[in-house]
Amino acid sequence: MINLALDVGTTATPESYLFYFLAPLSILASLGMLLVKKAVHSALLLAWVMISLAIFYIAQDALFLGIVQIVVYTGAVMMLFLFILMLVGVDTSDSLEENIPGLRPLAIVAAVGFGGLLVTLIARATFGRPISGLSTANAEGNAFGIAEQLFTRYVFAFEVVSALLITAAIGAMVLGHSQKTRSQFAQRDLSIARFRKGELKDAAGLPSAGVYALHNAVDVPALLPTGKAAPTSISKVLQARGDIIESADFQMKEEEEEK
Amino acid sequence: MAIANYLYLSAILFTIGAIGVVVRRNSIVVFMCIELMLNAANLAFVTFARINSNLEGQVVAFFTMVVAACEVVVGLAIIVTIYRSRRSASVDDASLLKR
Repeated sequence: MINLALDVGTTATPESYLFYFLAPLSILASLGMLLVKKAVHSALLLAWVMISLAIFYIAQDALFLGIVQIVVYTGAVMMLFLFILMLVGVDTSDSLEENIPGLRPLAIVAAVGFGGLLVTLIARATFGRPISGLSTANAEGNAFGIAEQLFTRYVFAFEVVSALLITAAIGAMVLGHSQKTRSQFAQRDLSIARFRKGELKDAAGLPSAGVYALHNAVDVPALLPTGKAAPTSISKVLQARGDIIESADFQMKEEEEEK
Repeated sequence: MAIANYLYLSAILFTIGAIGVVVRRNSIVVFMCIELMLNAANLAFVTFARINSNLEGQVVAFFTMVVAACEVVVGLAIIVTIYRSRRSASVDDASLLKR
């Protein structure tokens, strides 16, 4: 009984090869989206899922939607995501500890239940009439067919969507605009702030990277007069990314002899 | 191959996206999982258009894409605004209403 739906509407063989090749890959990529730690890798995996979905659209006689999927999603939307990732910073990788205890197992159980519900629902469904495909609807071309629907039956929805687009653009501009609440820090203000910080030893500024070390580069910590590495000498961005060279080799060797 | 396989794929992708929204803490990744759910729904629409032999499902999928593009623009602007004031992109840190 459960396999009733599987008999209806079988597709041609090349399409099934395409499906069995791409569908597991896209499921793996979307699982990887959940599991990888860095947001940039998630974005790349999502781009892969979107491209394979575009291929599925084209395979299903939705040529226009397939092209739009590639242009709009993998082109515009994913670029926007990567742009925001660069803007928001590299140090925002997920903290892996759970803030709500027991959320993760609960989420997985609920998702398995929900997915099982959907899958069994599809498996038990019967599609009623025989499937003849889109060859008659696409007789004058897929884009023509969609345009005919869009500008006759759905023309009001089309206008509403255009209003939505304008509203979204204005909303993003309003949200993105930041009013300066104070004047920008000048060198004088920074100097005063350094002296007022309490610790006078930082008043002259932080040490620059690589000073007195045997290797001079931005990712090597400077050495203090004691021969130890000064972690404050490295840019915060490099520290957040973990791009710091292990400086033990570049420190003064006398330190070890003293021990 | 049965055409329903596309629907199974769509259901699985939607479920994975839903897990991601609940489990991940980085707001940008949460947003990407929402996009995954929208895409999965689009795949179902396109498949149903084929099953029903007319283009209305594709038109609805087209509208979904437009709305998703608007949603991305506004949502990312909100994330940037929150990041600007709270210096964090984690969904746990935007918790002022709780206190």
